Amino acid sequence: MESLTSTPTTQPESHIPHLEDYAAIVGRSEIHELREFAHRLGGRRVKMMNSTAVGGGVAEILNRLVPLLDELGVPTRWEVLKGGEDYFMVTKAFHNALHGEPFDGHPEWFELFLKVTEENRRWIELDEDFIVIHDPQPVALVQAREGRKNHWIWRCHIDLSRPNPQVWNFLRPFVEKYDAALFSAPSFTQGLPIPQFLFYPAIDPLSDKNRELEPEFIQNVLERFGIDPNRPILTQISRFDRLKDPVGVIQAYHRVRKYLDCQLVLAGGGATDDPEGEIVLREVQEAAGTDPDIHILNLPPWSHLEINALQRASTIVIQKSLREGFGLTVSEALLKKKPVIASAVGGIPFQVIHKVTGLLVQSVDGAAYQIRFLLSNPDIARKFGENGYEHVKENFLLTHNVKRYLVLFLRLLAANSGK
Amino acid sequence: MKQAKRPFEFVAATYLTQICPERAWTLAELAQNLTKVSDACIFNHTFQSLESHHYTSFSNDFAQWVMAACNEGALAEELAAIDLRDFLSIEELRKILSSTVENYLRKNPQVADRPAFEPFHFCEAVEVVVPLEARAFTLAELAEGIKQLSLHTLHYHFISSRLRLLLRTNDFSHWIEDSLELPDLAQRLNRIDFYMNTLDGVRKEILQVLNQWNH
Repeated sequence: MESLTSTPTTQPESHIPHLEDYAAIVGRSEIHELREFAHRLGGRRVKMMNSTAVGGGVAEILNRLVPLLDELGVPTRWEVLKGGEDYFMVTKAFHNALHGEPFDGHPEWFELFLKVTEENRRWIELDEDFIVIHDPQPVALVQAREGRKNHWIWRCHIDLSRPNPQVWNFLRPFVEKYDAALFSAPSFTQGLPIPQFLFYPAIDPLSDKNRELEPEFIQNVLERFGIDPNRPILTQISRFDRLKDPVGVIQAYHRVRKYLDCQLVLAGGGATDDPEGEIVLREVQEAAGTDPDIHILNLPPWSHLEINALQRASTIVIQKSLREGFGLTVSEALLKKKPVIASAVGGIPFQVIHKVTGLLVQSVDGAAYQIRFLLSNPDIARKFGENGYEHVKENFLLTHNVKRYLVLFLRLLAANSGK
Repeated sequence: MKQAKRPFEFVAATYLTQICPERAWTLAELAQNLTKVSDACIFNHTFQSLESHHYTSFSNDFAQWVMAACNEGALAEELAAIDLRDFLSIEELRKILSSTVENYLRKNPQVADRPAFEPFHFCEAVEVVVPLEARAFTLAELAEGIKQLSLHTLHYHFISSRLRLLLRTNDFSHWIEDSLELPDLAQRLNRIDFYMNTLDGVRKEILQVLNQWNH
């Protein structure tokens, strides 16, 4: 096992794309219509609020969504909730419980959650026309809406289909105070008295993580991490989190290696709101043992070009999550025309259409079998990758997300004026 | 070039998907919900979702679910064969969808309450339309405008238009026949098969037909 904590040579987002740059991918007509919808908002302002500025899919989406809304003439500010390590330990427990894991928290955890919310409420201005709160951590900020005439939207990025009742019953009254809730899949919802909309998350095709790379750069990244470009590479990109089942991926790799030669790359990092990352990383290192063909890469959050290169160099991309919000790494791989083998959880089946854009699996054995199948049938793997590219281009790009927000804002304004 | 009596008025249109509380775990529940969900819901799973099905074997969400989650191939084929172009109202379409499922369950009562692998989630399409300044008085201007439409707007003008017009036609054909008085061209455009094509493909065919007519 080769375990690396690397400092990439690159800095955050080497090139910031502008709206017009997306025309080459989605067409000029889409960009033109975004401007038309944005114009109808008449300069109304938006606040986006979440709990981490780096690491994880939500921060990545906001990092690109906010400047594009701004460029469209919709002034948008992004604020990050402040909290100590104890607070993020609590919100991580909430997060796991909302995904259906057992919750053995204490009553004072709920008090701490409300206390930190109240502290944040004192410094955050919440006067914008649209306040979009992402995920459960800042959800209780909605208490500040009293006396304001603005619109409040809760964007839930996680799968709420089987939440732990103790945590959900605590959070639900806050959610019910919003004007609308946004979910990544219909199955993620709970019966709520407010309108619930389907909002697929999206990836930025022009970000460092997804844009085209020079073959020399990819080669260089592989060399730097000691990965052999001439042998099959299986890759899972995700932070070191038990819900991503990195140990299960290692088990599947071991089953494949009985018959076929390949290497395994597990690459990811931690998010500032995930204190469990270090513990899980140690578990993964232990499971990998001394196998030189398992590369565990604990990368800093700004390693976008390296992640991009690893995905592009992969023979197969795996996402063997046990639970998942949406799993944007799947769309990232499909955009790069890579065949994907992924668990049928959360939003993954929206991206991986079984036997069309990849293969869905339910277990370690299933993953191992399908890896062997695709390694043995490269033509089928190539076709899945090509289909996947088209599927992502039509459904899961950043510009689609921008449009949904613009249209939602217009819809809320119209509803408010009784139209 | 022939000038129209009144211009074709372009819009920007798109849809939000609102998640409804209704779910179906069995074919019996699907049949029951088909009679009571909103028109916007029936629209969403048939007209609106048409585009997303060019990867799959079946042309609407109901057929796709019946096959993928209930493994009832014959019913899936029957539902997929319902041609949206035959309907001018959602109510008519609802009746056919509903009777298709009910008739199948009458013949195959043993499958009515068998749980599906995953539930069907009913969703509504919420249409948002804003008028644009763009107008066309000639076929060349129409073609130029069509090039500028997003795929959602093309869907609005070419596919969902028949529910608005209450005619078996699309916005482009309707304007060409009504304002340019070119019924043959209108009919040629209306014959373009949106079932067997992506929206990008539909756009290319429309432009090809207009281009051939102009030359």
